[in-house]
Amino acid sequence: MAIETRKQFEKAVKAAVDKQKKHKAEILVCCGTGCLANGSAKVAEAFAEQIEKQGMDASVGLFSKKTGCHGFCQQGPLVSIQPRGVLYNKVKPEHVPEILEKTVANGEVIQKLLYKNPADRKRVEQYNEIPFYKNQTRVAMRNIGQVDPTDIEDALARGAYAGLAKALFEMKPDQVVDEVAASGLRGRGGAGFATARKWKAARKAEGDRKFVLCNGDEGDPGAFKDRSIMEGDPHSVLEGMVIGAYAVGAHEGFIYVRDEYPLAVVNLTIAIDQARKSGFLGKNILGTGFDFDVRISRGGGAFVCGESSALMRSLEGKTGEPRQKYIHATDRGLFDCPTVLNNVETWADVGTILDRGSKWFASMGTDKSKGTKAFSLVGKVKNTGLIELPMGTTLRHIIYDIGGGILKDRPFKAVQTGGPSGGCVPESLLDLPVDYEKLTEAGSMMGSGGMIVMDDRTCMVDVARYFLSFLVEESCGKCVPCREGLKQMLAIFDDLVAGRGKPGDVERIERLAEGMRLGSLCELGKSAPNPVTSTLRYFRDEYVAHIEHKACPAGTCRDLTAFEILEEACNGCHACAKACPVDAIAGEKKKLHVIDHETCISCGACFDVCPTDAVRFFPKVEITQEVV
Amino acid sequence: MPALTINGKTVHVREGAYLLEAIRKAGFSIPTLCNHEALEPWGGCRLCLVDVTRREWDGWKKMVVSCMFPVEDGLVVDTHSERVVSTRKVVLDLLLARCPEAPVIQELARAHGIEQTSYKPNPEPTDCILCGLCTRVCDHIGVSAISSVDRGIGREIAPPFHKAPPDCIGCLACAEVCPTDCIPYKTSDSARTIWDKKFEMVRCPACGRAHITEEQSAYYADRNGVPASYFETCDACKRKEQAATFAGLSLAR
Repeated sequence: MAIETRKQFEKAVKAAVDKQKKHKAEILVCCGTGCLANGSAKVAEAFAEQIEKQGMDASVGLFSKKTGCHGFCQQGPLVSIQPRGVLYNKVKPEHVPEILEKTVANGEVIQKLLYKNPADRKRVEQYNEIPFYKNQTRVAMRNIGQVDPTDIEDALARGAYAGLAKALFEMKPDQVVDEVAASGLRGRGGAGFATARKWKAARKAEGDRKFVLCNGDEGDPGAFKDRSIMEGDPHSVLEGMVIGAYAVGAHEGFIYVRDEYPLAVVNLTIAIDQARKSGFLGKNILGTGFDFDVRISRGGGAFVCGESSALMRSLEGKTGEPRQKYIHATDRGLFDCPTVLNNVETWADVGTILDRGSKWFASMGTDKSKGTKAFSLVGKVKNTGLIELPMGTTLRHIIYDIGGGILKDRPFKAVQTGGPSGGCVPESLLDLPVDYEKLTEAGSMMGSGGMIVMDDRTCMVDVARYFLSFLVEESCGKCVPCREGLKQMLAIFDDLVAGRGKPGDVERIERLAEGMRLGSLCELGKSAPNPVTSTLRYFRDEYVAHIEHKACPAGTCRDLTAFEILEEACNGCHACAKACPVDAIAGEKKKLHVIDHETCISCGACFDVCPTDAVRFFPKVEITQEVV
Repeated sequence: MPALTINGKTVHVREGAYLLEAIRKAGFSIPTLCNHEALEPWGGCRLCLVDVTRREWDGWKKMVVSCMFPVEDGLVVDTHSERVVSTRKVVLDLLLARCPEAPVIQELARAHGIEQTSYKPNPEPTDCILCGLCTRVCDHIGVSAISSVDRGIGREIAPPFHKAPPDCIGCLACAEVCPTDCIPYKTSDSARTIWDKKFEMVRCPACGRAHITEEQSAYYADRNGVPASYFETCDACKRKEQAATFAGLSLAR
C-alpha cells in the first residue's frame, strides 16, 4: 500500500525494523556479479534449502539473504554471518552444512574459510578487522552487502528513503539545493562539477518539462562501482533521484544503464516497482502532491554514451554521438528541456546527505573535495575489489593498506586512475592525497574511480598503447581530431612497441596530443591523449629506450625483449620448461636450462614462474648485435 | 545588434547568428568542410576553430568552433591565434593522411603550408571525410536513406546493411552537397543509379527531358499533398506555362 503521510512512513520503517529484530541470526550471501561468477547463487540456494529443511528459521531465528557486492570480489563467494560478524571466503555449497552446524549452531569458527592476511599469514575472523574493510568509510555504498536489493523492507530498515521523507516533509526545494550545496558534493562521474550548481541552474531554467537522469553507462576498463551500486542498493539511487527531481521541479527521469549490466537492470526494475507501490515514486509521492517517475533505458554498449550529450541523444532514440555544447544541459538537455544528469554514485550520496546532514558529509574529505569516493581497485595488488574512502586518502594508503601491497611484493611502478581519460601516477606521487584537484594536477583525473595498479613489469608505452586501442574503437568518429588522431596516434605506438620508433616520434606524439586536446568536440576526444601525455611526463625515459635503444625496460614488449637463464641461479627445477607455451626451453631436471631464442615468443611465462629468479630479460637487439 | 571584435575589427551581426557568420561578415576567411547554410551546424570538421575571450575574462581564452558558437555582445575573437592555427594544421594534416588524393583537401592543406602529411597515409585512400553533410541533407529532406554506420575507425557512410537503400528517392542531394564529390552516381534520360539503386526517370510531357525520378515525384506529391502528375512537367516548362498564363491575363485586361 502506498505511504501517504509521515506517520505512515514512520510506521512502515518501524515495521521493517521490527521484522529485522526477529532475525536473531542472518547469513548474508554476496550475490554481486563477481561472486555470482564464482558460483554464489548455488551457495545461497544451499543455505535457504538447509535452513528450511532443518527448520532453523523458527527454532533459532536464522534467515539467509542474497545481498549485493561486498566489494572483496577476489575472495568470493563471500558469506557473512551476522550478528557475529564473521566473514567466510571462497565458500562452496558443500561448506553450507558445516557452517550451519558449527558456526551458527555452536558458535565455532571454521578456520579454513577465514580470510588469510597475506601480510602476516594470519587468519582474520571479523569482517571489520580485515584490512580491506577496516580502512573504508562507506557512504554511497552504505547498504551494499547488507541489504537484499530486491526487498524494499530490508532497505527501509537500514534507513532508505529517510532523506527523501525529510526533504518532502520538512524542506522546500530551494532548501534541498542549499543543503546539497553545503555538503560540497561534486559529480562522482569524474569531472567533479558541483552537484548543487547543476541543480540550481536547472531549477532556474524555464520549461514545463524537466528531466532528471542517472548515468549508469560506466564503461572505463576496470571500473565497476556504479554497477555494484545499482545491483546492490538500487533504492539509494532512486531516493537520490526523487530528491533531485523535487529540488529542480522535474517529473520525469531516466536511468541509462549499459547493456552489459543485466543484473543491475533486473534489480533496478524490481526496486522501481516496489518504490511505486510503496509511494516513493509515481503520482503524489508520500502524499505530498509531488509527482515523479523513473524509467530504465538500456544503452547499446557504446563507451561514448557515458558522455552527457551523447547519452541524451541516445535516450532520444538517435545515434549516441556528442553534440557541441555551448548551451548547458541544465537549460537545454534531453529533448531540449532543462535536464540534470548525475552519476549513479552521486545520486546514491544524496539521500544520506539529506538524512544525516550536509555538515556530516562535509566533515569528510579535503578542502574542495568533500565526502567519500568509491574506487574499483584492480591490477597488480594483493586485494582487489570495490572500496570507498574519504577524499584525500593517499594513494599509498589505498594501495598498501587496503590493497595489501603489490602482488609478489614486486616494486610499484604506477597507478592508472580515471580510465581512458585519466593518466598514470608514478611512485614519486604515492603520498598524493586523492581528490579532484590533486589528480588533475598530476596529469590524471578522478574519472569513474577505476584504479589500476601496475608493477615494474608493466611497460608504460604499452599501457598508453592499450588505452589508445580501446579508444580508437570507442570514439564515435564524429570529429576529425579524435577519430583520425587516435588512429594515427595508435599507429605511432604500434611502431614504438615493435621497435620501429624513429627519432622525432616523441615530438610528433606531443604535437598530435595537443591538437586532439584542443580540437576535439567532446571530453572523450579532449582527454583521449591523457594516458599518452601522463606516461610521457613521468616515464619519458621508457619512450626514449623504445625509440633510441629498441629496448623495453619493463621487458614486456615482445618484439623488443629476449629472455635467458642465468647459469649461476638456475637449480634445474624445470618449472620454466613446463610453463613455456612453445617448448622453447630445453634442459633436464637439476641441470641448467636454456632458452632457444628462435622459438621463444617472449611471453615471459618462464620469468614469472622461476622460483630462483634465474630468468633475466634483455633487449632483443643485443642478440642480433652479437651475431653481427 | 550584438557588436563583436574580430581580429581587432568591430562588427555588428544579427541576434541569434553563429560566430562563423560574423567572422565572414567582417571579411575574414575561415575554412569549413562540414558546414552548409541550408543545414544545422554540426561541428565535426573542427576547421573553423577560433579563440574567444571577453575583456572581463582577464586574458583567459576559450577555443570554440565558430559554426556553432552563438554570437554575444562584447565577444573578442581571434581567428588566427597561434594555437588555433596549429590545431587547424593538425586537423588538416590528419585529413590529408585520410584522403591523400582528394583535391579539396590537398588544396586546403597546401594553403596551410602542408605539402605532405606527417602521418601514415591511408593504405586504402578514400575521398570521404565523414563530414556528414550527405546524411544530414538526406535527413533534412525527410528521407533518411543513408546514415553513418559503426563508430571510431570503423565509421563510414552507408545505406542500411550496405544494400540498395529502400528509402532512397534518387534526388542526388547527397552527391550535390558532398564537398569532395565522392558519392558516385549515374544519370541519363532513361535511368539514374546512386547507392546501387536504380531509378526510372519521369519525362516532362512538354519538353521530353528526364528531370525527376518516379520515387522523387511520388515522395514530393505525398509530402505536399498534390497529385504526382504535378511533378511530371519539369520546372522550366512549368515556368513557361505560367508565363503564358500571365500573358493571357494581361491581354484580357
